Amino acid sequence: MIPAAFEYHRPQDMAGVLAVLEEHGDDARVMAGGHSLIPMMKLRMADVPHLIDLQDVGGLSDIEIGDDSIRIGAMVTQAAIIDHDGLASAAPILREAALQIADPQVRYMGTVGGNVANGDPGNDMPGLMQCLDAVFTVVGPDGERDIPARDFYEAAYMTAREDDEVLTRVTIPLPKGGYAYEKQKRKIGDYATAAAAVQIVKEGGTCASAAIAMTNLSDTPVFSETAGAALVGTSVDDAALKAAVAAMLDDIDPTEDNRGPIAFKKHVAGVILRRAIERAWSRA
Amino acid sequence: MSNKMHIKLKVNGKDEEFLAEPRELLIYTLRERLNITGPHIGCETSHCGACTVTIDGKSVKACTMFVAQASGKDITTIEGLGGPDDLHPLQTAFKEHHGLQCGYCTPGMITRAAKLLEENPNPTEDEIRFGMAGNICRCTGYQNIIKSIQAAAAEMNASKEAAE
Ligand SMILES: Cc1cc2nc3c(=O)[nH]c(=O)nc-3n(C[C@H](O)[C@H](O)[C@H](O)COP(=O)(O)OP(=O)(O)OC[C@H]3O[C@@H](n4cnc5c(N)ncnc54)[C@H](O)[C@@H]3O)c2cc1C
Ligand code: FES
Ligand code: FES
Repeated sequence: MIPAAFEYHRPQDMAGVLAVLEEHGDDARVMAGGHSLIPMMKLRMADVPHLIDLQDVGGLSDIEIGDDSIRIGAMVTQAAIIDHDGLASAAPILREAALQIADPQVRYMGTVGGNVANGDPGNDMPGLMQCLDAVFTVVGPDGERDIPARDFYEAAYMTAREDDEVLTRVTIPLPKGGYAYEKQKRKIGDYATAAAAVQIVKEGGTCASAAIAMTNLSDTPVFSETAGAALVGTSVDDAALKAAVAAMLDDIDPTEDNRGPIAFKKHVAGVILRRAIERAWSRA
Repeated sequence: MSNKMHIKLKVNGKDEEFLAEPRELLIYTLRERLNITGPHIGCETSHCGACTVTIDGKSVKACTMFVAQASGKDITTIEGLGGPDDLHPLQTAFKEHHGLQCGYCTPGMITRAAKLLEENPNPTEDEIRFGMAGNICRCTGYQNIIKSIQAAAAEMNASKEAAE
């Protein structure tokens, strides 16, 4: 399991990163924690003649909690998210989800930027970020631009980020109401068979708004606007839950693989979403 | 294509300098270049934890890091925790509580457990199971690994109190 040879770059700032990307184009790629990229390089499914290690680039590891939004630097690790108490009270769904990603060793290395930029439908944070209506900031030769998480994913490993752009941070509007990240996996440390991120606002016994996103049930994460809409104005009773699950099932497009056949995945998706809505509602 | 880089590591307190291709995986650097064979290769695919070492205070699977990434860092392997004449409390506890059978997973288990106890000196059984989830054992069924970690935690806390 030895990857193909590559030239290793460890620039000290973003200008250095962009310069290598500009010089080598498609032949260059950034690496954050490496826990998705290195396995792919070992399998020789990713060929990276110029590897740019981001570890020394400053300013990418901050977590800032503002009055109406949260900013998380691209190089913030999953372990750092779990450890940050301010973040856990401002947006508890982030810790709940991060604790369900991989295992302790992987969480020390795996970053938010790597997880959302990777484009693997199995990654948990893309769906989570769609649920939270996050915005990804990327920087490239022409400066910075913002891309909403809900518009970022085009197909497996295909995103709205250009090859010469680097993701620098994720900005999340301060979430309101109840939350739940529910994930079904074959064993601890596994990618999801199905996962659901839910954030619900309750006003006087009825649902005022609901955001629902599903993971690993299509070649991109699925933000199901209709599933959320099915809950709004209801008391989140059984009929509303059924309507939300039915709407979600219309939006996903799972394929058969070693996690099971399509019918099984749809079944699990329904169970997981129901649980997530019930838990989020109980916390709203 | 030979593009060797100048690499500097500190491993178990000792400075190491050599030329290596950046793609060399840290587990091979440790085992084959530096003859530090405590960290094992169980899967080579980031799943089993047998290759776990501590790098700058984090438990890391050494099969999933390039030597170039590790350059400049401080690495501790099982050899750095304790040797035959001065066993670490975790090593003693694994021995006494039958925390191993074939022993293949043990260096990774103990290296990870040492970090876990540093972060949480008094873990519950659930916290141990969760904190050790990146390490797989084919032999023990885990029960005695948990007992060993609990025993080591008690021993380490008692000697810390005695020292205070
Ligand atoms: C055993 C195991 C189990 C795992 N289980 C899960 C799981 O259950 N759920 C889950 O979500 N993930 C899981 N992962 C993946 C893990 O969370 C990854 O670490 C993470 O997805 C990628 O983060 P990284 O920092 O390691 O990125 P890298 O591997 O460094 O990069 C991944 C990709 O993103 C690109 N990239 C990285 N950073 C940037 C940036 N700032 N800007 C632009 N592009 C960038 C890279 O070029 C690369 O293409 C698992 C990994 C392993 C090894
Ligand atoms: S050999 Fe590294 S995780 Fe198995
Ligand atoms: S003791 Fe044999 S693998 Fe753990």
